Amino acid sequence: MAEIPGDTLRQRIVDDLRAHIGADLIDSVVKPGDDVWVRVSTSAWRETARVLRHEMGFDYFCFLSAIDWMPSPYGKGEDDPTAPPPERDDTIRQGYTGGDTRLQMLGRVTSSALHVGVNIKCDVPDADATVDSWIPVYAGANWHERETHEMFGISFAGHPDLRNMYLPTDFEGHPLRKDFPLLARMVKPWPGIVDVEPLPGGDNDEEGDAE
Amino acid sequence: MNALLAADLPYWAQSLLRVLGGIVAVLLPAGTIVYVFLFKMMSFMQSRLGPMEAGPYGSLQLVAEVGKWLQKEDITPERADRFIFKIAPLVVLVSTFLLVAVVPFGPDAWFTNFEAGVFYMLAVSSVSVLGILIAGWASANKYSLLGGLRAAGQLIAYELPMVLAVVGVIIQAGTMNLQQIVVAQNAGSIFGWNGLGNPYILTQFVGFIIFMIAVQAELTQTPFDMPIAESELVSGYMTEYSGFRFLTFFIAEFATAGVFALIASVLFLGGWGIPFAWFDWSTIDSVDDWMNVVGPLIMVTKMMLLAFIIMWVRFSYPRFREDQLQRFAWKVLVPVSLVNIMVTAILKVAF
Amino acid sequence: MTSTESLIDRRQMAYIAAQASDARVNVELETEGMTLNIGPQHPATHGTLRIIARLDGEQVVWAEPSCGYMHRGYEKLTEVRTYPQVTALINRIDWLGSFANEVPFILAAEKLMEIEAPPRAQHIRTILFELSRIANVSLFLGDLGVQLGAVTPVFMAFRDREYVLNLIEAATGGRFHPNFDRIGGLKDDLPAGFVDETRVVMKKLRNFCDEIENLLFGNEIFQSRTRGIGVIPKDVALQYGLSGANLRASGVDWDLRRDQSLPMAWNKADWKVWTHPDGDSFARCWIRLQEVRESTRIVDQLLDSIPSGPVMAKVPRIIKVPEGEAWVSTENPLGEMGYYVVSKGDLGPFRTKIRSASFNNISVVPWVLKGVYVPDIITILASLYFILGDIDR
Repeated sequence: MAEIPGDTLRQRIVDDLRAHIGADLIDSVVKPGDDVWVRVSTSAWRETARVLRHEMGFDYFCFLSAIDWMPSPYGKGEDDPTAPPPERDDTIRQGYTGGDTRLQMLGRVTSSALHVGVNIKCDVPDADATVDSWIPVYAGANWHERETHEMFGISFAGHPDLRNMYLPTDFEGHPLRKDFPLLARMVKPWPGIVDVEPLPGGDNDEEGDAE
Repeated sequence: MNALLAADLPYWAQSLLRVLGGIVAVLLPAGTIVYVFLFKMMSFMQSRLGPMEAGPYGSLQLVAEVGKWLQKEDITPERADRFIFKIAPLVVLVSTFLLVAVVPFGPDAWFTNFEAGVFYMLAVSSVSVLGILIAGWASANKYSLLGGLRAAGQLIAYELPMVLAVVGVIIQAGTMNLQQIVVAQNAGSIFGWNGLGNPYILTQFVGFIIFMIAVQAELTQTPFDMPIAESELVSGYMTEYSGFRFLTFFIAEFATAGVFALIASVLFLGGWGIPFAWFDWSTIDSVDDWMNVVGPLIMVTKMMLLAFIIMWVRFSYPRFREDQLQRFAWKVLVPVSLVNIMVTAILKVAF
Repeated sequence: MTSTESLIDRRQMAYIAAQASDARVNVELETEGMTLNIGPQHPATHGTLRIIARLDGEQVVWAEPSCGYMHRGYEKLTEVRTYPQVTALINRIDWLGSFANEVPFILAAEKLMEIEAPPRAQHIRTILFELSRIANVSLFLGDLGVQLGAVTPVFMAFRDREYVLNLIEAATGGRFHPNFDRIGGLKDDLPAGFVDETRVVMKKLRNFCDEIENLLFGNEIFQSRTRGIGVIPKDVALQYGLSGANLRASGVDWDLRRDQSLPMAWNKADWKVWTHPDGDSFARCWIRLQEVRESTRIVDQLLDSIPSGPVMAKVPRIIKVPEGEAWVSTENPLGEMGYYVVSKGDLGPFRTKIRSASFNNISVVPWVLKGVYVPDIITILASLYFILGDIDR
């Protein structure tokens, strides 16, 4: 039974990875007592996976997906459809490890021996949203890449079969992109908004008295 | 009853009586098995009560079910081979009626009594395979086709052990007449002690076990229910049948279970008889006439016992895979039954 | 591992050779393959999974699951909901062990907010988590029998699962979708009498495990149907991200309850992580049976040591989660279920990636179904154990 992983182990992972792929590791974040994030260059996306699996023993494929960092132009979908659309902040701010593009890949692999995982990110070029497929390294990435393809419109070079996973074949658009409207919210105001209104007559400060 | 009535009834009345008797002999065991075992015993095994509302303790549930099925639409799939599709359930049911024709219920209570009864029984029992096969084929459904093919392979594979298991009985009784087999068992003795007759379950125990396994497979009951296999083939060859035609399959399934239990009781448990030594009978002619009434009751008791075993196994076992079933038939049952025949023959000559 | 690999290689080679000879026969006889659609409406796919299988006789040449008949788009829906509202959605992912779905999401939100539930809440969370595991896996054990043709076990499973559901209902108010977990703790404390009642039920469940073991696992037919069927070697299981009992059945000693530090109470109980070296269907089923037993043990021990105190930490009435990213996964009944939550300091998550166990578990199906017989498809699917809501999300 391996020890519960600590921060020195996480830092060592980052150092090891940097030793293997060098400057392709653009940024890294080690959050104490939590987790480790690395961002690699787009061209090194598959190479990183190969290094992690074959050189560093991260043999367990956890998941692969993407993040669209553009703030949704529709907010929470709670706008009054008759009123003019409100002004919204549309600056793209990436999360941990930064980034330059709107879409970012997000993958996670874990070491079955050390029981420690690493989150890997990489920028997806805005012009042609294509990254290398992970299938040659982790066969299990197949379905995850299909899902990411249909949900974000990111293509995977070397994927044999990018059919839609969930949606009909002739479905247009990529639902998890932020500019894809959630139609249910467009046609009818969301009643759940009441949930977050301050209680009338109650304590108007934000520190509720938890029982 | 037929022989008794033959004296003073015209031929048409005799025939009518035989037909009615046959219907009773097929449907009564079927209904009893369905209610007692399928509805009630299965429920108790599964910690539930089963039907309770229709009639006392749900005893009229079957009537309600039949009424329900009769009301349902008789659907034929569009691309089915219509004539064959419609005739298939009847073929299956007919084989049940043909089977019951040779079963003796008493010294004179029989439908037909001819010398090659066992031979005939084994021959017509395979007619149901045809019905199942054409049902599977004509349904124009891949699941049904797979089910039909499985049924064909399975029933042919288990026909052989069944025949070989019965050969032991034939050797010991020295006759193929079912009536004579009953008499031989009840008039027989075990090393000179005739208080129990000589039911062949004692001397032919291996044959009895093989016969019951083969019956289980022949009836496509779990653990040999691959042709139906609800969880894989969605009822196999029965998938496309509805309403009355499904009811026919359903009746045939349980009626055949009853008839095979009757045949097994004739072959191995002494049939309608009680040990002849109890009443100082020696041959069939000396048996008292009241046995024509008591005999069928004894038969039904034995049938219920064997049907209980069949259903008990059905409700507690998982299912084999098709190739495992074939392997079991050809590599275990057939050699064992051949050895059984040899041993029986040697002992028969020796004693 | 090398021995397993060579075994697999030999199996694959034998299969390829058999295929080649079959192909020759088929050319001579001009027989065609048959495409069989198993599902979307099929009793073995408990839900609406569809498996497209190319058959040669009864042997599967090629098989491919096709999902999406139940896709509800939870990842998109979480983006327009507040954090407390999300738990009502994610209850529906694995609908047999609903409470277990809520826990990793709540833990992720708590991690971002840097709060921790009070010890009593952690304890009760763990108890309810294990109860939902028992409710989930006991149904698997019964359903396993049905898939293999034995009808009786499923009724036993439903009988005893009912007691567990009653407990969950008593504590949370919901039998299927409790929606009981809150950021910072739990909605309510346990009801009076819960502890004693749970002890009685745990005894019944252990009894149920013995019954199932005698009725099903000891049966020769069951063993011949599952042993050596659907072997998934260790490295394949890891590559496809199989998790939970499926991974442990392939010999990987890894349980997220033990091998990571979460603010939950598993480390306060003494229990065992079972592994099995075979990686076949039997191993997967057997591991699950043992897991139910271990769960009852965990619950029994935790009942002894529920700390006193509040069940809710001090949290703001309007929950705003600070900016950041967090990944939390727990060992759910079906396997590793994790949430990758991205927050922008808003009322609701900016993006939630739901990593559900069944999605990965089923993605191995095209690999493992090659060359098996039609009845084995059912066995293998049953032993991999998926819930459709957990695949399609």
